[in-house]
Amino acid sequence: MNKRGQQFVSIARLKNAFDRRSLFIGTLQGGIGLLLAGRMAYLSIAENEKYRTESESNRVNLTLIPPRRGWILDRNGAPLASNRADFRVDIIPERMADRDATLSELGSLLDLEPARITDLRHKLESARGFQPVEVAAGLSYEKFAAVSVRLPDLQGVVTQRGFSRFYPTGPAVGHLIGYVGPASAEDYEKERNPLLITPGFKIGKDGLERQFEQTVRGTPGARRVEVTASGRIVRDLDTRDDVQGKPIQLTIDGPLQDYAARRIGLESGSVVVIDCRSGELMCMASMPSFDPNSFSDGIGAVEYNMLRDDERVPLRNKVLKGLYPPGSTVKPMVAMSFLREGLSPDATTVCTGGLRVGNRVFHCWKRGGHGQVDMAKGIYQSCDVYFYHFAQQIGIDPIAAMARRVGLGQKFDLPVASQFYGTVPDPAWKLEKYGREWQAFDTVNSTIGQGYMLFNPLQLAVYAARIASGRHLEPHLVKTGARQPFAPADFSSEHVAFVRQAMSDVVNGPGTAGRARLPIPDVLMAGKTGTAQVVSLNKSDGKSGPWKYRDHGLFIFFAPFDNPRYAGAVVIEHGGGSGAAYPIARDVMTYMFDPQKGMDALRALEAQWGGTARERLSRKYAAYAAQAGADVKPPPRREEEIFDQVEAEARVDAAQPEQIADTPIIPRADPGGETAPPAPDAPEPAEGAGR
Amino acid sequence: MNPIIPEPIARQPWQMLIPLFMLVTFGAAVLYSAAGGSMEPFAASHLVRFAIFLVMASIIAMCPRELVKLLAYPAYIGVLLLLLAVEAIGAIGGGSQRWLSLGPLVLQPSELMKPVIVLALARFFDALPIGMIPTWRSLVPAAGMIGIPMAMVLVQPDLGTALAIGFGGAVVMLLAGLPMRWFLTGGALALIAAPLAYFFALQDYQQRRVTTFLDPESDPLGAGYHITQSKIAIGSGGLFGKGFNNGSQSHLNYLPEPHTDFVFATMAEEWGLAGGLFVLLAFALILRWGMQVARRAPDRFSRLLAAGMTTTIFFYVAINLLMVMGLAPVVGIPLPFMSHGGSSMMTNMICIGTLMMVSRWNRLAPRGRIS
Repeated sequence: MNKRGQQFVSIARLKNAFDRRSLFIGTLQGGIGLLLAGRMAYLSIAENEKYRTESESNRVNLTLIPPRRGWILDRNGAPLASNRADFRVDIIPERMADRDATLSELGSLLDLEPARITDLRHKLESARGFQPVEVAAGLSYEKFAAVSVRLPDLQGVVTQRGFSRFYPTGPAVGHLIGYVGPASAEDYEKERNPLLITPGFKIGKDGLERQFEQTVRGTPGARRVEVTASGRIVRDLDTRDDVQGKPIQLTIDGPLQDYAARRIGLESGSVVVIDCRSGELMCMASMPSFDPNSFSDGIGAVEYNMLRDDERVPLRNKVLKGLYPPGSTVKPMVAMSFLREGLSPDATTVCTGGLRVGNRVFHCWKRGGHGQVDMAKGIYQSCDVYFYHFAQQIGIDPIAAMARRVGLGQKFDLPVASQFYGTVPDPAWKLEKYGREWQAFDTVNSTIGQGYMLFNPLQLAVYAARIASGRHLEPHLVKTGARQPFAPADFSSEHVAFVRQAMSDVVNGPGTAGRARLPIPDVLMAGKTGTAQVVSLNKSDGKSGPWKYRDHGLFIFFAPFDNPRYAGAVVIEHGGGSGAAYPIARDVMTYMFDPQKGMDALRALEAQWGGTARERLSRKYAAYAAQAGADVKPPPRREEEIFDQVEAEARVDAAQPEQIADTPIIPRADPGGETAPPAPDAPEPAEGAGR
Repeated sequence: MNPIIPEPIARQPWQMLIPLFMLVTFGAAVLYSAAGGSMEPFAASHLVRFAIFLVMASIIAMCPRELVKLLAYPAYIGVLLLLLAVEAIGAIGGGSQRWLSLGPLVLQPSELMKPVIVLALARFFDALPIGMIPTWRSLVPAAGMIGIPMAMVLVQPDLGTALAIGFGGAVVMLLAGLPMRWFLTGGALALIAAPLAYFFALQDYQQRRVTTFLDPESDPLGAGYHITQSKIAIGSGGLFGKGFNNGSQSHLNYLPEPHTDFVFATMAEEWGLAGGLFVLLAFALILRWGMQVARRAPDRFSRLLAAGMTTTIFFYVAINLLMVMGLAPVVGIPLPFMSHGGSSMMTNMICIGTLMMVSRWNRLAPRGRIS
């Protein structure tokens, strides 16, 4: 088969072949050696820079230090939101090795409740990538140390000393300030900032914390550390300190805000107080509320279910998103519009308990009638017939115009995410919205603040402040330097003086709210009561029965009446009438002028209610958690969803009174309407019992 | 010769032993660093093993030619039986394995096969009448002798060792003077077979290693991680390295297997190009000596034996260095005399001992004598 081979194979020839071939193999070896030397030189000389950089980026890990958030201060510089030093534990889901083992180990080290572990498991399942999940914050040093020493066995767990947000007054500022929480995946998508996925970093989720996020956020510090491939820190290289965010100073008076929130007590409602000179909002309390301190690691399932099940909607900021028929509180405004149209304040009509308009009879709340009524008596006795009568002469348009002038239905320029601004109904509006003509009974309803009329408590407070000051006041929430005084409003000063006097008589004279008189000698508060029906008379008497069907209690006020300093509004949802509202206004104003007296009144009440709002909330939580156990539905994954839902439901609730707007309202015998018994007894607002 | 140095010492092949000692010592230093600056657990056992296997190599070096020839086939058959035993135990134990545990000793028969295949083939071609060299009678038995152990190692599965056995055998066949055409045809067939083998014979993880080798950036955190980190370690060393005990890639665990397969990268990070060239030079000296021994060998058997042993060592060095520098796929082949590991140290020291043995034969037989 190989002729040449057959012929020439010999030992010498094989030796020759061996020599040639071994030389060839030797050359091949040398060639590969040179190739390796060349490759090595290429890697270590030509690409040295590139690989040195890569080796450094392997070795050195830049950890961001979450910046301390700027404080949120009240008008006197006291913190409404501050930071406190904190030991915390987070998990970075992507780095976890054995999820269940790690969780149960953490559970026993930190004494976590089963419900908390269930929450954590849900969060770990929905967390993406390096988004950290908070396990616990505010730990004692002992627990923190217990976890820290076991870190080598707990992959993905991070312990940290940092700062957490602290709200000294808790629920009192929940709706106003909002709360902070870990950034969601959506937040991170919007803002691709590595800070957002740094363990321990929180962003504002609601309220002012969210509005002023960029201001209070600050600049993160950084720590350069040497890490192993598995992420274990070997040593610190250097550290740059964080720069704390800028503080925000609000116009809110912290103690007043806390007082008002606590004074609302077991009721559901809101209190707004405005400084009549500067337009500064001093109090925007909305209760019941949530404790923003307990939301900072996200909303737990038990807590969420508890808040969700509460028909008083603790998640809704009622100052901005509660819309209520204003009831008789609109009467001073309607009177202003009469005056402006040239009606003499001395013009009278006779109230016999009802007024026939067309073929219908409209009732006064006082079935027996008020007799001879002029404008002042119409206001302080809240006589419905007086307003029915003259509104027929003057018409709805001047009333609607005046409503807009005093700020009703207005959207204010405030740093808030959303405010509902309600409805000032007039014929054009009704035609557009419902395609129906304006009826005589619509005017009648409007003069007593029912029907389609809906306002939020902030608007009512601005309205009170504008009437009180006679100026075109705009509310402010953030403290700035000296402001220009507000331009005088488009009212004549005699009209203002007249209405002020009539409103003073509501409280200090023969009016409907005698019990609202301030227990302070030389300060007289002026006000106007309102009771707003939410369902028709045949469904409920407004005072008993299902809470949802009871009347709203409203009260607008300012003090001192002759030189107004503060104005405001109190709205108690389903409080059973204005009697639920004005005692609160009285105590809040008392506190303004004489804090000691105000506190004494509150302490007596809180003794009956079973503690402060915060104490009651935590007791309620404990009871709820004990009853519900760990089997509660998890909250929606996105916290935005929770608040979207709250807002959607608020809109539905706001639309509720419109169901009865299509018929004339038959005013109830207003309990606050009768000349009130002078001595205030302790109210029992939980029962909504009428007084 | 210098009369001060006693003849038994002076006659040792110092041109190989000095680079070898330096390489092993350097290897121990790198292992000391890879253990985070400690003799334990790598460096000390590395040196102890070397000492033990050096004694073994010296004993091998004493063997007379006739004894070696006599034992060549029994050794081959013995190792084949051991391979079979590994298969059998693996099958009974319900999983593949590569080791045999003999009391405290852990034996890897496939490692033993590398020098033994060279020995057996050298014996075969030595005994084959030279007229039969260009005929199928030389090819078929030789191919069978290579093919059977290769197949048994492949099913373990251990591609790297199988290739090493095949390579050692092929080199002996080439040097035995088999017609060049066969090798060219065989090479062509291998080129055709490679893609087929890739799709049908390779395990998943082996396939991935090949694809990652072709494009390491495709999966920098997965299978390409090894290659990428190794290149980072070598490239970041620069000319003179980051300094002894200062390699961050190895100390912070970015480099996989810093004490075994990637020991060269560990070294290069701390000693830089200078260290790398030193290692290459040391291997070059050892291998050149090995080829010289082969060329000077007085007879066919010793020639083939020496050349086969040298190329076996070379195969280890070349594949390992090509791999750590990103020029070959990741196959588990350690770097001789530097990597931590008993089996590879044993194989390579068997090769060294055999070369010393042939070198001794050369010295005893006058040059140019043909047996």
